[in-house]
Amino acid sequence: MTYAIDVQGLHKRFGDKHVVDDVTFRVAPGRICGFLGPNGSGKTTTMRILCGLLTPDAGSGQALGFDIVREADQVKRRTGYMTQRFSLYEDLTIAENLAFTARVHGLDRRRERVDAALERLGLASRRDQLSGTLSGGWKQRLALANATLHEPALLLLDEPTAGVDPKARRTFWDEIHALAAEGLTVLVSTHYMDEAERCHEIAYISYGRLIARGTVDELIAGSGLVTFHGEGPDAYRLAHELTGRPGVETAAAFGATLHVSGPDRAALEAAIAPWRCEPWRWTEAAPTLEDVFIQLMDRSRDNVS
Amino acid sequence: MTGASGAGGFAWIRVVAVMIKEFKQLTRDRITYAMMLAIPVIQLTLFGYAINTEPRHLPTAVLTYEDSRYARTLIAALESSAYFDVVAQARNPAELDRMLRTGQVQFAVTIPGDFTRRVARGDKAQILVEADATDPSATGGAVAALAALPTQALARDLTGALAARGAAPQPFEVVVHRRYNPEAVTAYNIVPGLLGIILSLTLVMMTALSVTRETERGTMETLLATPLEPLEVMIGKLAPYVLMGLVQTAIILALAAVLFDVPMASGWIGLSVGVALFISGSLALGFLISTVARSQLQAMQMSFFYILPSILLSGFMFPFRGMPAWAQWIGEAIPVTHFLRVVRGSLLKAQPLADQWRELSALAAFVLIVTALAMIRYRRTLD
Repeated sequence: MTYAIDVQGLHKRFGDKHVVDDVTFRVAPGRICGFLGPNGSGKTTTMRILCGLLTPDAGSGQALGFDIVREADQVKRRTGYMTQRFSLYEDLTIAENLAFTARVHGLDRRRERVDAALERLGLASRRDQLSGTLSGGWKQRLALANATLHEPALLLLDEPTAGVDPKARRTFWDEIHALAAEGLTVLVSTHYMDEAERCHEIAYISYGRLIARGTVDELIAGSGLVTFHGEGPDAYRLAHELTGRPGVETAAAFGATLHVSGPDRAALEAAIAPWRCEPWRWTEAAPTLEDVFIQLMDRSRDNVS
Repeated sequence: MTGASGAGGFAWIRVVAVMIKEFKQLTRDRITYAMMLAIPVIQLTLFGYAINTEPRHLPTAVLTYEDSRYARTLIAALESSAYFDVVAQARNPAELDRMLRTGQVQFAVTIPGDFTRRVARGDKAQILVEADATDPSATGGAVAALAALPTQALARDLTGALAARGAAPQPFEVVVHRRYNPEAVTAYNIVPGLLGIILSLTLVMMTALSVTRETERGTMETLLATPLEPLEVMIGKLAPYVLMGLVQTAIILALAAVLFDVPMASGWIGLSVGVALFISGSLALGFLISTVARSQLQAMQMSFFYILPSILLSGFMFPFRGMPAWAQWIGEAIPVTHFLRVVRGSLLKAQPLADQWRELSALAAFVLIVTALAMIRYRRTLD
């Protein structure tokens, strides 16, 4: 089977910073792969390497069966890339931006495609509006329409929904799923847990290293975390108290509920033992993806330092 | 209410906060910082040393029809005035005319064959001094100095019986022809020169900004992720500015003719080639700047750094020959210098193409070098 993304041992350094450190992964066609990791972990750099914007210092790979370095042109023709920052021309209208992209890709039936994209976006009536005047959510949807205008087989989305309201985010993700259903492969970076949960699979990168890979369930099961929910007075103060105790990986208050998790059941239970009495009520819960990521983040920091 | 200052009104502590922030930002932007320190030094050096509105030692060619003592004395007198440096002897009027037209010399002096005889007889002896007056300020001082020549030049040679000739109002007469600009109209020199300056100002800066803007706004990243080739981007981005440069040229030339009556002698072929090369070179330079500058502000500053010497050292504002040798060398390296010579040579002196090949080759070299550098510098990736 030809993977949509198939890269081995990618390295990229900027000065003495090792931004991408031996990254190897594969994504099968038609899958939505969530790309997660803390800020500055190398997500954007990896995406830029994949679409030929950066040359890797070492390593090799293919995107859609083409070599990402030697055949970058072929990759670019078949890939849609949406940058983290809105990067369409704010001083061109919505229709003009789409028409420009259509021309650059040498598409036939240009007018038809642009009209269809506008129709799908629901922006047909605002086609002559300057794209700079759109709100954040609309800008992102326009950027997505722009990145998919040439019907790419691979879509790279770099934090596409940062700063976008929940409803617009949901619409955006519905569109991504619709595209994936048509066979498009998507690599999307995000910091939102609900978005990560909507991905078919997840790749977690930290300090340039890919440290976890799999579906949401696999990651949660593989983490070996134990989680308890505590309900009672002053959840916030207790969270503060528990943080940093042996066996406690995370302790966070969500309203009146306290959420604690750790890798070692005995140690965790020992930590919360003094509060396992009235008026507190404790229940064991399934760890969330967020618990898993915080654990991954802490571990990789320990490894580096 | 907490803190040192009141809720409303003016508080120094807040002024100081802004001041400290501003100063830190200023020192962080290295180019701006360097410009603020470099500009006074550069300006002072240029204005102080390089610029001389009354040039001396101007290259002069002489055509002598008689090899006489008077002729030699006259030439010596010209040289001792410090305004004229005799650099060439012409063999015939055509050669003399060519030297003046190509700009090889600023003055052409003709001493007629009957000079000695006429001086001796007191019979209206004349010498002819032709000045290249395309830039009136370059020749003004020298022409003024010619007034004293007749009474002083031959004073020592006119002895004995001829002493009376020396005492007479004037033993000979200097006929001055201001060629190419007989009425010494400054506008004739400035207006064609402005073509070079305006094209540089707008084209270099506009191109530099147009590419840097893409980098600054992040649209360059999207552009690079498309199948566009570097040459495609360069041609596509520059073509509209070529058109703009041509429109500007047409407007300036039309206004020069209509408002200032600048002669449009001819030399249209040389002028067209010169304009084409200069526009291409300026655009390529703008593109090159944009591959170095990281922000639009830096692009502006770098363009300014190019334009400042273009105005001061190209012969646009101050006579080129008035500058010391080192400043002339710098001037020769500035494209505008060569472009101005082509424009003035074409419009005012009707230079044929053959006279302009040096300046045109210099412009062609400029286009080639800058385009090559720009293509090398342009990155297809964000590396």
